[in-house]
Amino acid sequence: MKKSFLWAGGQWLFVLLLLASRSIVPVYAQSPSDANFLATLGELRNATFDDKDKIVDRLAQSGHPSVRAVLTAFLEDRLYFRNRDQKIFFVKPGEEGASTLDLIDPLTLKSAGSGSADDFTKILTNNHLRRVLQTTLARFGLSSPDASVRLDAVRDMEKDLDEGNVQLLRERSSVETDSAVKEELATSLALVALNGSEAQTRLSAISILRYSLRQDVLNKLQALLEKSPDGSFVESDEHVRQAAAAAVKSITRRRSVYSGIQTVFFGLSLGSVLVLIAIGLAITFGVMGVINMAHGELMMLGAYATYVVQVAMPGYIGTSLLVAIPVAFVVSALTGILIERTIIRFLYGRPLETLLATFGVSLILQQLVRSIFTALNRSVQEPSWMSGTLQLNEALSITYNRLYIVIFTVLVFAALLVVLKHTRMGLAIRAVSQNRAMAKAMGIRSEWVDAMTFGLGSGIAGIAGVALSQLTNVNPNLGQSYIIDSFLVVVFGGVGNLWGAMVGGMLMGVVDELLEPYSGAVLAKIFVLVALILFIQTRPRGLFPPTGRASESQ
Amino acid sequence: MKYKEMRIAGLLLAIGMVFSGMAKAQDTIKVGILHSLSGTMAISETTLKDTDLMMIAEQNKKGGLLGKKLEAVVVDPASDWPLFAEKAQELLENDKVAVVFGCWTSVSRKSVLPVFEKDNGLLFYPVQYEGEESSKNVIYTGAAPNQQAIPAVDYLMTEVGVKRWVLEGTDYVYPRTTNKILEAYLLSKGVKPEDISINYTPFGYSDWQARVSAIKKFGSAGKKTAVVSTINGDANVPFYKELGNQQISAEDIPVVAFSVGEEELSGLDPKPLIGELAAWNYFESINTPENKAFIQQWHAFIKNPKRTTNDPMEASYIGFNLWVKAVQKAGTTDTEKVIAALPGLETPNLTGGMAKVLPNHHITKPVYIGEVRADGQFNVVWKSSGTIPGEAWSRYVPSDKNVVADWVTLKCGNYNKETKKCSGQNYK
Repeated sequence: MKKSFLWAGGQWLFVLLLLASRSIVPVYAQSPSDANFLATLGELRNATFDDKDKIVDRLAQSGHPSVRAVLTAFLEDRLYFRNRDQKIFFVKPGEEGASTLDLIDPLTLKSAGSGSADDFTKILTNNHLRRVLQTTLARFGLSSPDASVRLDAVRDMEKDLDEGNVQLLRERSSVETDSAVKEELATSLALVALNGSEAQTRLSAISILRYSLRQDVLNKLQALLEKSPDGSFVESDEHVRQAAAAAVKSITRRRSVYSGIQTVFFGLSLGSVLVLIAIGLAITFGVMGVINMAHGELMMLGAYATYVVQVAMPGYIGTSLLVAIPVAFVVSALTGILIERTIIRFLYGRPLETLLATFGVSLILQQLVRSIFTALNRSVQEPSWMSGTLQLNEALSITYNRLYIVIFTVLVFAALLVVLKHTRMGLAIRAVSQNRAMAKAMGIRSEWVDAMTFGLGSGIAGIAGVALSQLTNVNPNLGQSYIIDSFLVVVFGGVGNLWGAMVGGMLMGVVDELLEPYSGAVLAKIFVLVALILFIQTRPRGLFPPTGRASESQ
Repeated sequence: MKYKEMRIAGLLLAIGMVFSGMAKAQDTIKVGILHSLSGTMAISETTLKDTDLMMIAEQNKKGGLLGKKLEAVVVDPASDWPLFAEKAQELLENDKVAVVFGCWTSVSRKSVLPVFEKDNGLLFYPVQYEGEESSKNVIYTGAAPNQQAIPAVDYLMTEVGVKRWVLEGTDYVYPRTTNKILEAYLLSKGVKPEDISINYTPFGYSDWQARVSAIKKFGSAGKKTAVVSTINGDANVPFYKELGNQQISAEDIPVVAFSVGEEELSGLDPKPLIGELAAWNYFESINTPENKAFIQQWHAFIKNPKRTTNDPMEASYIGFNLWVKAVQKAGTTDTEKVIAALPGLETPNLTGGMAKVLPNHHITKPVYIGEVRADGQFNVVWKSSGTIPGEAWSRYVPSDKNVVADWVTLKCGNYNKETKKCSGQNYK
């Protein structure tokens, strides 16, 4: 009884399915090439990675109109098959991890309803397959109206210079109008020509390549100068060898100049991080003479403020970062003022007690944050305009996030100078730090100024936290890893001197980066530390020692 | 009359039962948990403490062990290595715990080792480590180098065709020893010394720009290059960020990491990392009924459906189950008898296959290699055929290759086959 009922149910289902499939047919009639395309696509389901590689090739050869969309989806991990009927779909971008998938039919490229993620299996890719897909898709990009897309396409295709790709590049180079793409095409075709049988072809290829700065070009040219195991040169022609040697020399020389520039930039960017974390301290420690061990935690609060602002503004990552700057300043400044009013003001003139008390405060702040946000790292996302590199040429590229941080440091520094030199508050701060009794006599509320000064230094620490959130982990220990460095910079630059912190930080950064390639990061750090100790031994008041009463304030 | 007598007898029985019940409640088996709950390692170790607590609660639901309830004794060694030894001593001598689950970093393990050997305690260590150690009092449920590092390098060599290697690590014992083994292994496979670049950076290093640019340069010599990363903890985030910023994709120079798992990725934007590799013995994305049940149990316990699971959690799970089985087999929690019962015991892995305790106090494990995908999970792109037995001493390091560990027949963690001597517990 039960069995027959089930059977009937099964039959009904079958009939329904039949009806459903019939109703689809008139909407889209399958041509033989469609069927072929679908069958090839279907093979992806159970193929090994090596087989998938070949299937992708066959799909690309098929010339089917939807091949580009399907392969793009495959590259971006959006290709699925339905477990029930093994039918292949891809889904709209930006749905990773969603529980329902918006399906797209691979033939018509039209929406095909949606389904629960549990009913579908993703067709996996690996690194090699993604490379194959990229070069395959690059061929489509070669005829794009957008020059930058064409440039990327040429660069992707260069990684796999087989017969087909070379042919396509050649065809493109005869019609290409954009100069950058043209140059790229010429270089890659010259690289191919380097394997040509005629010495004259090779010679003219070198004459093109010698203006390049690319590492792979250099490798290719250097390979010409090597000897085979039997003692003969790889390159048989004397003239070609000479030309190659000259080209190698010229490329190497130019590359080393650029790599020197790059190292200096690395140094400046490391230095600007040091300056940023130190200038807040240069105010609290330098101007007020307070050893604030919780300075690092104030940076951490700034970084967490960035995180909170970002979470509060989903979808506006770039804007949230800009909003976070004032927010972090206020949060850290208020915390700083609170610390000053409740603890530090009772300890002025007693540095050891201040040190211990603020160290205690730093532990309290850490545990507070750990209790609220847990000990896990929080991810602060990078806005798109901060990721990537500014490619000045083949040998010199500068990452945007570092570039922005260098600029940011300079801006913060300039703003701080303006505040100290050209505002009433700055005047009061300088007056109190130079001569408290006289300032009081002139009617300045020195207590209030102390709180404001400490708040200013703390606020700058918060701003440094915003920058650090873009470079490193946001977790409760963030401050600890930077506190030593910031004290070093301030002591090195000369206590009480903002310019000292600037020059000292930059110098430390550049020296560190210059040493690192030779000594490794661990030793470089030790060398810098030892050099610093020696320096402080001979000049205990730092790079820019205060020389008179007036210079005390800077 | 008779009725009254029965009532009194019943009352007495009831009272007796109440008392014996109380006595039972007092008589628990104490389980020590020695994971940092504060300091730098809290990020990783807190999760393991929670896993252990979950396993203990689960076992108590099943009626405990040997008719007794389990009682967790949680201490916080605060990421401070000497404090690990103090806390271990406290657990073993004051609390008289039957077993300890704990430690993460190798330095913390090295710190507690003398304590466990002196007090004859039992430690289950759940994290992948550098090998060159086998103690009578420790069961290593994480991967030895031959269960993680060597298969990963093999995969890159044979499947990806890597010819040039950057061994990038944090400057401490685990990366240094692992890289020593890997370098010996690569050289034995015919890789030229100039094609290997080894570099170390300090803990928590964040200024990766020069290193990444050096890797880029090293990788542009025309041979397929890969980075084998033993970078630990916090330094990973800025490292991967810098790779993304300098536009080194996994297709160009893949990075295979031994310390980056689901938990670490949960604090990162995974988009720039797509395709980067990790070698583990467990991935959350592996679809087995055991794993699904474990993940569900974890989410229910931690009350957060977004928390990930990871490899050291599986190792903790395996360790706990092995201990339970050993106690059941020995019929007692006496460490001497439990240690003797452990070799040969088996318990299922979460991803299939069995974890079996070997005479060298390591276990058998499957090896998986995964690629990071857009949701912060891993796609498994390679797995070992069957499980691989853990080796305490690497056959590729000249000074180690004659050394064996065997606690069943030889009763020694470092027996030299040539000199036929057990060099004693001479831990480096």
